[in-house]
Amino acid sequence: MYDIKKVRLDFPMLQNKTMQGKPLVFLDNASTTFKPRQVIEAMDKYYLEMNSNSHRGDYDLCYNMDVEVAKARETIAKFINSDVNEVVFTSGDTEAINLVAYGYALEYLKKGDQILISETEHASNVLPWYRICDLTGAKVCFVKLDDKRITVEGVRNAFKDNKSIKLVALAHVGNVLGYEINAKEIASICHKNGALFLLDGAQSVPHMAVDFKDLDVDFLTFSAHKMCGPTGIGCLVGKYVLLQKMATFHTGGGMNVKFNNKQEVIPLDAPAKFEAGTLNLSAIIGFKAAIEYLTNLGMENIHKHDQELFEYAISKLEGYDNIIIYNKDSNSGIIAFNIKGVFAQDEATLLNSKGIAVRSGQHCAKMIDPVIGEPATVRMSTYLYTSKEEIDIFIDNLINGGDILDAYFFN
Amino acid sequence: MPISLTNEMMRAIIMDHSSNPTNKHTPSGEGYQKVHMHSDNCIDDLDIYLKIENDRVVDACFEGIACTISLSSTDIMCDLMKGKTIQESLYMIEQYQHMMHEEPFDDEVLDEAIVFINTSKQAARIRCATIGWNAANSILKDK
Repeated sequence: MYDIKKVRLDFPMLQNKTMQGKPLVFLDNASTTFKPRQVIEAMDKYYLEMNSNSHRGDYDLCYNMDVEVAKARETIAKFINSDVNEVVFTSGDTEAINLVAYGYALEYLKKGDQILISETEHASNVLPWYRICDLTGAKVCFVKLDDKRITVEGVRNAFKDNKSIKLVALAHVGNVLGYEINAKEIASICHKNGALFLLDGAQSVPHMAVDFKDLDVDFLTFSAHKMCGPTGIGCLVGKYVLLQKMATFHTGGGMNVKFNNKQEVIPLDAPAKFEAGTLNLSAIIGFKAAIEYLTNLGMENIHKHDQELFEYAISKLEGYDNIIIYNKDSNSGIIAFNIKGVFAQDEATLLNSKGIAVRSGQHCAKMIDPVIGEPATVRMSTYLYTSKEEIDIFIDNLINGGDILDAYFFN
Repeated sequence: MPISLTNEMMRAIIMDHSSNPTNKHTPSGEGYQKVHMHSDNCIDDLDIYLKIENDRVVDACFEGIACTISLSSTDIMCDLMKGKTIQESLYMIEQYQHMMHEEPFDDEVLDEAIVFINTSKQAARIRCATIGWNAANSILKDK
């Protein structure tokens, strides 16, 4: 039994917080999530009791810190089903994708090669590839969508039409429409065609069980802050043989065995060779606590909770012709919509005036507008602590919220 | 004085300028200076055009995509700026900015633009209400 009332008690941000004088209803979880006490306390503990660097001292505090970082890496590896040395700490999903771009693609792609992505991708899974293409002469190509969706067939056809695809990079769950792709099947197609597959797990790993080995993807990236963890930490999970093949990206202390005055550097093995400089240690401790929190709740329960809220919201919105929903056929915790005749930003501002946090615009997926047919949408997104009562408040304000200018003229 | 406008009148003015922005078009003639402005947190993506002759703004118009607040605030600014000297325009922009940030301001010069007095209630939209005004300011301040 998933006890939502009990879950909500863990989150300080859900205790009597207001926005615009109204109880806060936070429905922008695809952007970032609230942190439970367990995560905040774990991070406090680092600063209050454990403060030390890692890998850099001969004293107990430092040794203990090394043990904590190793435990965090093990926790992540177990959570995602990878080997422990396949987990590289990064500042988040964006840096993880950039690490593959600069460490792998820049090293191994050349003029004439192609990178397959989609027009629904977030900027973080588009712009690193554009940059690599500028540097190498490779080209980005786009999978043909089937009514807004990336399908296995679409990826298969892309390979039929194009023998130069060397790398495929797609979001596991889209950040605007919430559609899940068949990652396992797509990975198999990529490998049959001699390409590598990067799976952007920013919107999937926080919401469902993701098994790195079972999916057989080459790279998986995600951020802690979208899964109850701190900002500024995330990871790249990569097949070890590929991580070892990759060039280093950031260089400096903590990533090398030795170097000399002939400009010779011997890097450490992966994952350490990618982790130059002092790690974000308090965030790593918080990341571990977040994963333990999610694991205790159960990823199946979390996924089911999102899906139930989605179905509940969609069923309540049914029959309101002035509310256009772009992803009714999805089943994640994201609803992309517009009110007829109202600019997305204006609706989001009206909702803000009611204490409801949603996002409007293109949500960093700036090629998606022709796919949806609108320049902007409003996006509401749920998480493990979102309640049905919050969905009710949201929908009531969509329907009875009044005029958009009420946001400026309410008393 | 516009300050005596009721809320309902202020709403009507905003809606009128957003549904029928008379200054939203590209300039037909020559001699315009253009500034492009876009917003990181809104859809706003505008080109602002000013035509300045003999130290005076003789025409102002804009084109692009904008939310209700940026559309109406830019349209009203164009109306108010036409015919004003550069000095008068800069003073008006300065007073408008003061109003946005809830600082003391000279309401005499803001005329219809007073309808945006409540923008600070929705702080995320201050950028929208000032985007056209900032664009005009960037053209005029170097004159």
